[in-house]
Amino acid sequence: MSYEEVIFYFVAALTVLGALGVVLARNAVHSALFLILALLAVAGVFILLSAEFLAIVQVLIYGGAVTILILFVMMLTRVRDTPSAAGELDGPQRPFAALAAGAFLAISVLAALATDWEALGATEEINPVPFEELGEALFRNWAAPFEVASLVLLVALIGAIVLARHEEGE
Amino acid sequence: MIADNPWLDGLVRMGIVAVAVPLAVIILTYVERKVIGRLQMRLGPMRVGPYGTLQAVADTIKLLTKEDLRPQTADRWTFELAPFVVVVPVFLALVTLPFTAEGMVRDLGLGLFYIVAVSGVSIVGFVMAGWGSDNKYALLGGARAAAQLISYEIPLVMAVLAVAMVGQSLNLVELVDAQGRVPFIVWQPLAFVIFLVAGVAELYRQPFDIPVADSEVVGGPLVEYSGIRWSMFQMAEFVNLVVISVLGALIFLGGWNWPLGREVGLGLQLPLIFVKASAFIILFMWVRGSLPRLRIDQMMAFCWQVLLPFAFLQIIINGWVLVYDWPDWVLGALSGAATLAAGYLTYRAAHQMGEPVPPRLRRAGSVL
Repeated sequence: MSYEEVIFYFVAALTVLGALGVVLARNAVHSALFLILALLAVAGVFILLSAEFLAIVQVLIYGGAVTILILFVMMLTRVRDTPSAAGELDGPQRPFAALAAGAFLAISVLAALATDWEALGATEEINPVPFEELGEALFRNWAAPFEVASLVLLVALIGAIVLARHEEGE
Repeated sequence: MIADNPWLDGLVRMGIVAVAVPLAVIILTYVERKVIGRLQMRLGPMRVGPYGTLQAVADTIKLLTKEDLRPQTADRWTFELAPFVVVVPVFLALVTLPFTAEGMVRDLGLGLFYIVAVSGVSIVGFVMAGWGSDNKYALLGGARAAAQLISYEIPLVMAVLAVAMVGQSLNLVELVDAQGRVPFIVWQPLAFVIFLVAGVAELYRQPFDIPVADSEVVGGPLVEYSGIRWSMFQMAEFVNLVVISVLGALIFLGGWNWPLGREVGLGLQLPLIFVKASAFIILFMWVRGSLPRLRIDQMMAFCWQVLLPFAFLQIIINGWVLVYDWPDWVLGALSGAATLAAGYLTYRAAHQMGEPVPPRLRRAGSVL
């Protein structure tokens, strides 16, 4: 195996372990911590694909900010933070969740195997995209969708503030 | 290149950094106690060794041999892994931090962005420590740490991005070279001030030591830690101090270049970066010794109502100047005027602090 393969399998194993931890941990805070592991390991996969910018954004946004907000919400909204009795975190939807997850996995694997990658222009070599090009694409060619997306987020933000304010009875 | 094999080369460079930085940290703990002592008209440590120079060594030995306690009700793995989650990201930032034109482990194309991103991960460690300790004060401190770090990370990133806009790069070496004869502090005083304030907040130093304030939350996330694990938090703080100081020296003070932009050899590069980074470190210690701690609502309001809008203002100014190709002095003048405005707003707010706190703010403060 080449260095890259060794690193890939290590990072992939971390991702899967983290993801399993999210689902199987009995404690909601542990789940969130495993989520961080899984997301950071995905950043490792991005680096192996030479998508440095994506990897760094993944660490900055998901590794730090988003998961912290999740943890914050759980700590402040009194999710049971003591190791709870088995079954508190999963309910009757368990078989359906397993079914949906299994079906998604099957579809992804089948799609990856069935696609003729070479016809789509895939090669053995990885061509890193310079982040200047990424910026061009995002802020020049696709500026309108980008702005729409940020507008949607802004609306969600204002909505959240309005709701939170409302609860306080002001 | 130190060695021919890239793996060996990387390992050797990592080894040098991994030994040199903790040594610098040990020295910094002594320097800090001395500087703070002098600021408070004390002598600081004097007993161990000449002028107390061996005090840091004695402290290190004490911390390493002290019993490492874990509360019985603590969440075992979260509690024990938290110090590592704090320390590892801080050391990761050192990977691409250039001390001289060649003196870094790896020269990453997105180095500036990388450093900001990985240092953000240590928030997770503080939250883990706060939650895992099973202690109310620790939990409060952890929540405060997360709130403070997330809030101040935004102006910090914006200030750094403002520099990247003008330097037209995210690579630290290229940014240093881009400064040429005049360092960016002259053209970007507003970004510099924002970087400085947000940097102090990211380091949890006074006046932003709200998450670890001993008179409010008795040490916050660190309250249950002792011995080697506590010293890991301490080390992370000081390594972070070094990282922020060197980063500031690189992107605002012209890094290893002479102030007049003359290319200098390795013999002068190291002393120059050392002096510039030390200036930051001494400034941080001076601030720590002179300013009282902020209240938590003041801290949050300052970030969201002053720093963030002004950070956006700096980026807008940069955009104007770059798009319309105005001369550099316009950039400096506009940014300087905005700095004065920010300073005036802060000054006015500080003078209104005698008035009673509006109930809404009081409630915001009471949550944390």
